[in-house]
Amino acid sequence: MSTASVKLPNWINYGLMPLLNLAVAFVISGLVVWLIGEDPFEAVSLMLEGALGNGEGIGFTLYYATSFIFTGLSVAVAFHAGLFNIGSEGQAYVGGLGAALAALALDHYVPWYVTMPVAVAAAALFGAAWAFIPAWMQAKRGSHIVITTIMFNFIGAALMVYLLVNVLIVPGKMAPETRTFLEGGQLPKLDWLMALFGMKLGPAPFNVSFIIALVAAFLVWVLIWRTKLGYEMRTLGISPSAAIYAGVPYVRTVIIAMLISGGLAGMMALNPVMGASARLQVEFVGGAGFVGIAVSLMGRSHPVGIVLAAILFGMLYQGGNWVSFEMPNITRDMIVVIQGLVILFAGALEFMFRPAIVKIYTRLAGA
Amino acid sequence: MDGFDIFVSILGSTIRLSIPLIFTALAGLFSERAGVFDIGLEGKMLAAAFASACVAYLTGSALAGLGAGIVVSILLSLVHGFASITSRGNQIVSGVALNFVAAGLTIVLGQAWFGQGGRTPTLPTTARFQPITLPGADTLHDVPILGPFYANVISGHNLLTYLAFLAVPACAWVLYRTRFGLRLRAVGENPGAVDTAGISVTWLRYRAVIVAGFLCGFSGTYLAIAQSAAFIQNMSAGKGYIALAALIFAKWKPVPVLFACLLFGFLDAMANFMQGKAIPGIGEVPVQIFQALPYVLTCILLAGFIGVARPPKAGGVAYTKER
Amino acid sequence: MVDVPAIELIGIDKRFGLVHANKAIDLRVGKGSIHGIIGENGAGKSTLMSILYGFYQADSGEIRVDGKPIHIRDSQAAIAAGIGMVHQHFMLVENFTVLENIMLGAEGGALLRGGVSRVRSELKRLEETYGLEVEPDAVIEELPVGLQQRVEILKALYRGAEILILDEPTGVLTPAEADHLFRILAQLRDQGKTVIFITHKLREIMAVTDTVSVMRRGEMVATVKTAETSVEELAELMVGRRVLLRVEKGPSAPGDVLLSVRNLTVKDNRGVVMVDNVSFDVRAGEITGIAGVAGNGQSELLEAIAGIRKPVSGEIFVNGQSLAKADPAYLREIGLAHIPEDRHHMGLVLPFEEYENAALGYHRDPVYGKGPFLDLDAMRDDAKAKIEKYDIRPPDCRLKTANFSGGNQQKIVCAREIERDPKVLIIGQPTRGVDIGAIEFIHKRIIDMRDSGKAVLLVSVELDEIRALADRVLVMFAGHVVGETVPNADEKTLGLMMAGIAA
Repeated sequence: MSTASVKLPNWINYGLMPLLNLAVAFVISGLVVWLIGEDPFEAVSLMLEGALGNGEGIGFTLYYATSFIFTGLSVAVAFHAGLFNIGSEGQAYVGGLGAALAALALDHYVPWYVTMPVAVAAAALFGAAWAFIPAWMQAKRGSHIVITTIMFNFIGAALMVYLLVNVLIVPGKMAPETRTFLEGGQLPKLDWLMALFGMKLGPAPFNVSFIIALVAAFLVWVLIWRTKLGYEMRTLGISPSAAIYAGVPYVRTVIIAMLISGGLAGMMALNPVMGASARLQVEFVGGAGFVGIAVSLMGRSHPVGIVLAAILFGMLYQGGNWVSFEMPNITRDMIVVIQGLVILFAGALEFMFRPAIVKIYTRLAGA
Repeated sequence: MDGFDIFVSILGSTIRLSIPLIFTALAGLFSERAGVFDIGLEGKMLAAAFASACVAYLTGSALAGLGAGIVVSILLSLVHGFASITSRGNQIVSGVALNFVAAGLTIVLGQAWFGQGGRTPTLPTTARFQPITLPGADTLHDVPILGPFYANVISGHNLLTYLAFLAVPACAWVLYRTRFGLRLRAVGENPGAVDTAGISVTWLRYRAVIVAGFLCGFSGTYLAIAQSAAFIQNMSAGKGYIALAALIFAKWKPVPVLFACLLFGFLDAMANFMQGKAIPGIGEVPVQIFQALPYVLTCILLAGFIGVARPPKAGGVAYTKER
Repeated sequence: MVDVPAIELIGIDKRFGLVHANKAIDLRVGKGSIHGIIGENGAGKSTLMSILYGFYQADSGEIRVDGKPIHIRDSQAAIAAGIGMVHQHFMLVENFTVLENIMLGAEGGALLRGGVSRVRSELKRLEETYGLEVEPDAVIEELPVGLQQRVEILKALYRGAEILILDEPTGVLTPAEADHLFRILAQLRDQGKTVIFITHKLREIMAVTDTVSVMRRGEMVATVKTAETSVEELAELMVGRRVLLRVEKGPSAPGDVLLSVRNLTVKDNRGVVMVDNVSFDVRAGEITGIAGVAGNGQSELLEAIAGIRKPVSGEIFVNGQSLAKADPAYLREIGLAHIPEDRHHMGLVLPFEEYENAALGYHRDPVYGKGPFLDLDAMRDDAKAKIEKYDIRPPDCRLKTANFSGGNQQKIVCAREIERDPKVLIIGQPTRGVDIGAIEFIHKRIIDMRDSGKAVLLVSVELDEIRALADRVLVMFAGHVVGETVPNADEKTLGLMMAGIAA
């Protein structure tokens, strides 16, 4: 008798198993640290200190988290409709173009709060546009969206480099980047928010995009659980046959879900482009699109879970920087390892412990 | 340089740039024809590059480096196999995860062991795969046309290059002429047919991913200790994905894989060559066009505009006996 | 020789979770005979054969081949014991040639070269012995289904099968192809092979078998010589004497035609014509029942009417309006409700909470929320009202639908479709996998629908259900409506019609 059909209570499915998976990922990460001759417990305490020890650390943590909330939401929205969008990376990159164009066009004339809505719309629009072709190919021609979104990450990267090197570059300069936006094209830092808690932000680029991200998380929650479109997306994602029965239009739902997903990915660009560096740079996304996959997996595609997972990854990024500073033996790429292990254990090996847990559970429940 | 010299030089670098693609695409071929999607090719290549550079440095032997590259790459394959075959996990997620693990771990370990910012120490020539001058290359060098062509395009590559070109017919032979190949092709199309014939689907798929790991071991080794003299951070630089595109472009068939890889290698060579050069009448062609072209072509193919690319039917799905 | 059966099963028992698929099955199959196993869908025939072929392990019981007890651990062991199987869904690699398919798993060496010539000569021999012609280099997906099946038979014979199991082999065949298959089976028997033939079609049993065993709800209820039995007796054994379903209902008062089907032809996913030029009308205030053995086109007919499957040709009218390009959403709008055959696959999204399923398909209706939004309170109130009215248990609209029993799940679907007060209600297998209490309840609701002047189309393979509910009965066989009769027609007449033998 297989263990697949045994029902487990929710606290095991949504509590114990994810925690166990996460624990394994961290234990293996600890082993890696130990292997290279450092003390894993010290590394953890350094990491927490760096990520949460002071206002600046928290600021950086939340700055990173902001990007991950956007990309995590992007992956989750597509996932609810049964689509695996690994193109958030490229959609965010192209979204940066939208944000930058808005900032470049308006920063001379208007204050930031006028630029902001335009930039949000432009970033979302550009990101959505980059998701549209893979979406159309999936809906109409049946081309596997995983493959096409990978391809579009690379095509997007080539396009952006071309534009930065040949079109957007400041004449006479070497660096492939736009000019620095004036204040009207920048998103202000959230010093006041930190001050409310009696902390100093320092140079950390924690900015208004964080609030936009929280609003986006709320709107995604509304979309998925409080609208008819979200209901149709979930139906399609869980049971394509029931979706046909219920009259859910396949092509339209796939395309709309991907446009929203791409739009959210595009909005990620606001944070680094307008909130931190105040210019569009090559490779500013830096893998945040892929972190979105991990965040969405860990957050079980729920906005609340995504925000929490994004903050966890933000801590990992900022804390990792701190660790690599204090322990020169550990580079900040340790974060990438942990991230990979989290995706592996929380995602691909999601059910690794299930048979064992089922055995223990049935024995305990039976006794 | 006259036109012919340019031609020969581009052809030579086409071959050099195609080799890792060929090994990697063939690796993907074995995995995907058996029904296991593998977007972790990139990570396996990178891990193999790192392992080969480390061991070649420690032992001074290029062959020991190759062996280490293969072993490490197979280990990653086994993790992917465990996730996607035994645990029935999502194969895409597993591939993404392993790419991250490889990208991070190579740098972390490299820095911890060698302290050169993630690089491995530069290898002496004796610890690398050396160019082999084929007999007669020097004597023929002065023969017009044929001489430079023989010397630069045919001769003067390292062992792995020649192995890559041998690997293509070898893989085709395994796939189409052996029992293993027959079963492998069957399990990617209809695992039920394999199961009812009394063959273990699980073991067959494991063997397929092991072969994939084996071949990625060669491509990674090529990058680190044949083409370069050390491991450099993220030196695979997306080649795993280009190889995946080439595999799809070749419709999952070995001989077309060779041509797809040569085509994509050629585009890469052109991108390098065209940098800063203008074509009369057109002007400067941005290198990014050459960089994006493999992906654009693959997408056009996937949309069904150039014939139909039919992926293995059972791809991406763990096998469950039906009632 | 007659004394040692080719196959003997003793006390085979198998459970899948709560489903008791095989209950202490005993079976003896004589050497050199064609032994039919007949039973309705879900009677446990396929499970039993899967155990014999090593696909599953029995929980208990013994298998003997030629009198010797053997343990069949996997398909390899079954093959080694001389058992071959032709599966209902062919186990062929579609882009392989015939030759490659036959070789798979019996290559005779690490290299294919030696095997290829052996398969060729062996194929030639089999062709001469049994008249099983097939082009060895043809690609499977380019062959007609009948020939694909022949490849399956050849696969088994090539592996030296002495006992050949065929699981519902005629499901995909045309009548002419089926007759050809029967001749082949007879020839195999005459050459000393043993054939086990699984089907739910009575005509085939009578046409081809020597002995027949009847299965019902996981039990082996009888084994008789085919020559000494009749279609009627077998039909009765198959269906069993069930608790008579009594439903209080008065005479019907047929009104206008609300659903009309004209010359409808529908293909299934494989491209096989499943509904062939069918026409009929369904009137208001009347239940039109469609009887027939499963797999004769009823499912495809229902799906076409519900807008889920696009017909090849023909027309469907609801309330006089032609539905050329109607999708399910539009059909619901104009008052056609559909209780689908398979609630797990279509009617419900099992991970959804109950109240979410209570609106499935009607979720765009403004009563469930204004504009693009869903009003969860309205949805839950609506679900609670239905739970109350239909006595759905447990009465918790926040529970995951998967956690309800089959009967209660079906009530969720019925409540949703019936409470919309549609003009036309089409129903497939309303009580499959549903307990007695819920059956009665659902039947009453269907009668109520009729009495309030709705047009009801009821498809069921449960003859009792059709007889209890329908006001007129259409019988489907092989994609055609082969006749119309009254619900109290005697069982023999109905049985013959269902078997495709015109009454």
